[in-house]
Amino acid sequence: MSRVEVDRMPQAEAVRPGSAIEGGRKVSPLWTFGLLRSELLTTFRRWRTLALLAVLAAVPILVGIAVKIETSDGGAAGPGGGGGGPAFISQITNNGLFLVFTALAATLPFFLPMAIGVIAGDAIAGEANAGTLRYLLVAPAGRSRLLLTKYATTMAFCLVATLVVALSALTVGALLFPLGDLTTISGTRISFAEGLGRALLIALVVAASLIGVAALGLFVSTLTNSGIAAMATTVGLLITVQILDQIPQLHALQPYFFSHYWLSFADLMRDPVYWDELVKNLGIQALYAAVFGSAAWARFTAKDVTA
Amino acid sequence: MEELPAADTDGVDQADRTDRADGADGADRVEGADGADQVDDVGTVIATRALTKRYRGGQLAVDGLDLTVPVGSVFGFLGPNGSGKTTTIRMLMGLIEPTSGTARVLGRPMPRSARAVLPHVGALIEGPALYGFLSGRDNLIRYDAADPTADPRTRRTRVATALDRVGLTAAAGKKAKAYSLGMKQRLGLAAALLQPRRLLVLDEPTNGLDPQGMREIRSLIRELASDGTTVFLSSHLLDEIEQVCTHAAVMAQGRLITQGAVAELAAGTRGRLVVTTPDTGDAARVLKEQGAGDVVITDDRVTAEPPERDLADVNAALVTAGVRVRGFGVERASLEDAFVALTGEGFDVAG
Repeated sequence: MSRVEVDRMPQAEAVRPGSAIEGGRKVSPLWTFGLLRSELLTTFRRWRTLALLAVLAAVPILVGIAVKIETSDGGAAGPGGGGGGPAFISQITNNGLFLVFTALAATLPFFLPMAIGVIAGDAIAGEANAGTLRYLLVAPAGRSRLLLTKYATTMAFCLVATLVVALSALTVGALLFPLGDLTTISGTRISFAEGLGRALLIALVVAASLIGVAALGLFVSTLTNSGIAAMATTVGLLITVQILDQIPQLHALQPYFFSHYWLSFADLMRDPVYWDELVKNLGIQALYAAVFGSAAWARFTAKDVTA
Repeated sequence: MEELPAADTDGVDQADRTDRADGADGADRVEGADGADQVDDVGTVIATRALTKRYRGGQLAVDGLDLTVPVGSVFGFLGPNGSGKTTTIRMLMGLIEPTSGTARVLGRPMPRSARAVLPHVGALIEGPALYGFLSGRDNLIRYDAADPTADPRTRRTRVATALDRVGLTAAAGKKAKAYSLGMKQRLGLAAALLQPRRLLVLDEPTNGLDPQGMREIRSLIRELASDGTTVFLSSHLLDEIEQVCTHAAVMAQGRLITQGAVAELAAGTRGRLVVTTPDTGDAARVLKEQGAGDVVITDDRVTAEPPERDLADVNAALVTAGVRVRGFGVERASLEDAFVALTGEGFDVAG
């Protein structure tokens, strides 16, 4: 290739695809979302995805039944009305809506991020493992587009998984316990409708808390051609970070762990809402998404696809 | 390297035909032979210059490859396993970044222009890869959705047509994990045929197929080629290349050994005169007298380099000398002979 051509190409690049779009073969910019639609359908039609969601849905059912059995003699749940068990557990018998908060608090440290780790870890590595990655890339899906689609799908899964937990908890709570006005952590009373609104808000914050793990998992997924290895690494990192978050000597580092502010969602049940840690949590998630998202992009767009 | 003038004209004709067809169906394709590219790539679909890939381990997989694939050809890409065929194909498809050198596909540089080039290229690379939990039809729908230039309104129709073309309509609803290797191979081919393509890159397309399936795929390839699609076909089956290809390139140990029209490659090795007779001694003597060189006797066959004269006279001389001739003829050199002559080794030696 001559020097002249090298100089000319970028210009041609800029002009030709555009003319192709406006000219003969009409290409709608909306078609680019076909891949996202396909990805969502493919992900949510897999048995594995459905099994993960089923496990998540089972957690509130188990918690609800356990609380019901424990309190069937009329006593309050939890030893002495506090201390043990996940947040809000002692309030469930008064109001079924609290099962939503309890279930989210119970699944957020492990079950939810583990499920995200499986989906995110498998995102690129699973396709590479099956060999389907090369066919997606020659389709051509485009590396950045494929990565963005995978990340969007993982985030959609975060939201769906959280909503599955919340809805399952709400259903079980409504069936087993009374519903009605509720008392916030601050002691004020709010209506059931406002309580439902806060529950939804909490579910959204919990889903957003998983953004960091999703980005981390996606980055790990671009490093290997083995879906299993990527999933195991992501879940392993998750456990390691959770353990490190418990070691007092690492106090200085802990605010930078993606899981450090996870349980801050409980602050949404204060009146007025205490935003400080909620904002820190969302900030950390955005930081992780930016750092590991960029790393995944840098890695994936420069990678030789040999699988 | 050098094309016969006839082959060149052919190539240009094909290009014209393709362009006109494009105009007719209103599709604006990547122009392989227009404007800026015309200077460099008249009538070529794939052109590489000193294309080289060295893997991180230091292994040189492809070494200074200069490949030229003319428009409208069925191009056979031959070489033993490990000779660098697949690495080359992956570089052409933008999956692997070359260490040095350039690759142009449809007149555009790869991997930089992948987004513009690849919608016009159908590919089957190192065997099919499918989502086992999806049906054959859903696999194709997914691959089609990955192409941002594919119209979702015609997706189902195009998928059905592609399935029909490879004879998978009846099995379209079955989960892909239940497919046999041959069916997977067909589905992979169907994925390459989802859109009208200007170039098909098929890596070992008849792998895993039974003889009937092989025949079907070969006739499909001929049919596609007659529509003006350039087919780049890698294979380690010499007779397959001989049967379907107009042009071929031979690789060994990462290097290009030769390329050109198949007829020329085979012609590079001269055929041998073969006389079948019980009187081998006499026959050999007469052939030498008639000017034949390199006379070899094996059982009841005498083979020799044909002399520079009318072979009818040679035969008459044999008969006149009382040699009882059972068979007389020239065995055309096969591509395999050409390959052995070029590499000095058997074909199945891995690099």
